[in-house]
Amino acid sequence: MIRSLHIAAKDLKAEFRTKQMLNSMVIFSLLVIVIFSVSFGDLLGNSKIVTQLAPGVLWISFTFAGMLGLSRSFAGELENGCLEGLKLCPVDRSAIYNGKTISNAVIMFLVEIITVPLFAVMFNYSINGLAGLAIVIILGTIGFISVGTLLSALTVNTRTRELLLPILLLPIIIPVIIPAVLATGKMLANGDISDISGELRLLAVYDIIFFIIAQLVFEYAIGD
Amino acid sequence: MSKKSNQNNLLSILTAVVMLIATYMIFFSLPIMRDESGEILDNSFNIFYFHLPIAITSYLAFFVVFVASILYLKKGTHNWDVLARSSAEVGSIFALLVLVTGSIWAKATWGWYWIWEPRLTTSLALFLVYLAYLLMRQAIEEPEKRARLSAVFGIIGFASVPLSFLSIRMWRTHHPLMFGSQGSGGGGLEGTSLQLTLLVNLIAFFLLFATILSYKVQNEKLQEIITEKKQALP
Repeated sequence: MIRSLHIAAKDLKAEFRTKQMLNSMVIFSLLVIVIFSVSFGDLLGNSKIVTQLAPGVLWISFTFAGMLGLSRSFAGELENGCLEGLKLCPVDRSAIYNGKTISNAVIMFLVEIITVPLFAVMFNYSINGLAGLAIVIILGTIGFISVGTLLSALTVNTRTRELLLPILLLPIIIPVIIPAVLATGKMLANGDISDISGELRLLAVYDIIFFIIAQLVFEYAIGD
Repeated sequence: MSKKSNQNNLLSILTAVVMLIATYMIFFSLPIMRDESGEILDNSFNIFYFHLPIAITSYLAFFVVFVASILYLKKGTHNWDVLARSSAEVGSIFALLVLVTGSIWAKATWGWYWIWEPRLTTSLALFLVYLAYLLMRQAIEEPEKRARLSAVFGIIGFASVPLSFLSIRMWRTHHPLMFGSQGSGGGGLEGTSLQLTLLVNLIAFFLLFATILSYKVQNEKLQEIITEKKQALP
């Protein structure tokens, strides 16, 4: 566990030196929200429609921005043989996975912390139930990132990795997106945490199942 | 090889016979369906006898992919990879057929081709996952790497499908359960002749799947032999 924290710390340190990924992810997720709010046009005046559309828009922007980060997560290691170096580390292979998951999740959380207030402004929201929303976003992000990191490792050795990752990832994260969108919608519509217990349970189950599967298969995904 | 192809021939003849019986039963031996109030239902319900067996067979196909993927990762035997690949291809065709027959049936009974109903959407999710699986196989050139990576994805994909079903059911809870006639509660399958028809169709489609799969595996192996021979040429 401490070793995976070391790997995560290495990734985050490298990221914060340039902030390249973080900047582009934030700007990208912002752009997604702007494009959506522009294309919905007049509909945004109708608050009933907004409550139905907005959770989906929020999660689309998270997913796309996350995909951007995930596709770089392992591909960035290809330069100068860093991936080989990582594999040579005297640690369990799953420690690499855990470290990468932690660093990806941290970056993703940072993006989300910046995106959510901007989203609230653009869609004229006053966000109630912030704690519940935070739980939904945290659980959803963990599920999304834990599968995404695994698939990022899976596609890193293929020729068309930037193309392949979204194709592989999107069908697999349907079970994250649906409860996350539902729960976000309920929380934004002045819901109580008890209203979303079903969704939260499903998200937690997804997180646990895919975290365990990833532990088991990661060493095959990253190669020898 | 000749023994193997004899087996295949036998299997395909058997499949053809059972398939004919099954189709005959659907079109000629079924009694006229009536609903609770005694109204005669139209024949569109008959597509159900294709639809359900195809659906179950497609799930079976992907279960085969899942098991073969695990066994490939565990044992590293090449044959498991061939099985996984063949089963995924055949299974995707079946999954597509599920969507097609389901849509036709839906159009006839509900008036729409598509409804975001849990089972339909799950079938779609399953189909999409395995399209991604097949695309991924095409994207990787090295045979060993392709086998290993797609085995990993085969496992992840199979695990996601039941979760998809749960999440979609949550999403559309208010939707009535249209397929009620499958269970004991609905007004459909009480008669033995109906159940028998369904059973024969189920067997027929299992056999069809087994036949196509067996041919497919044989094809893949032949293709590998050809590729090897080609590479051996100067």
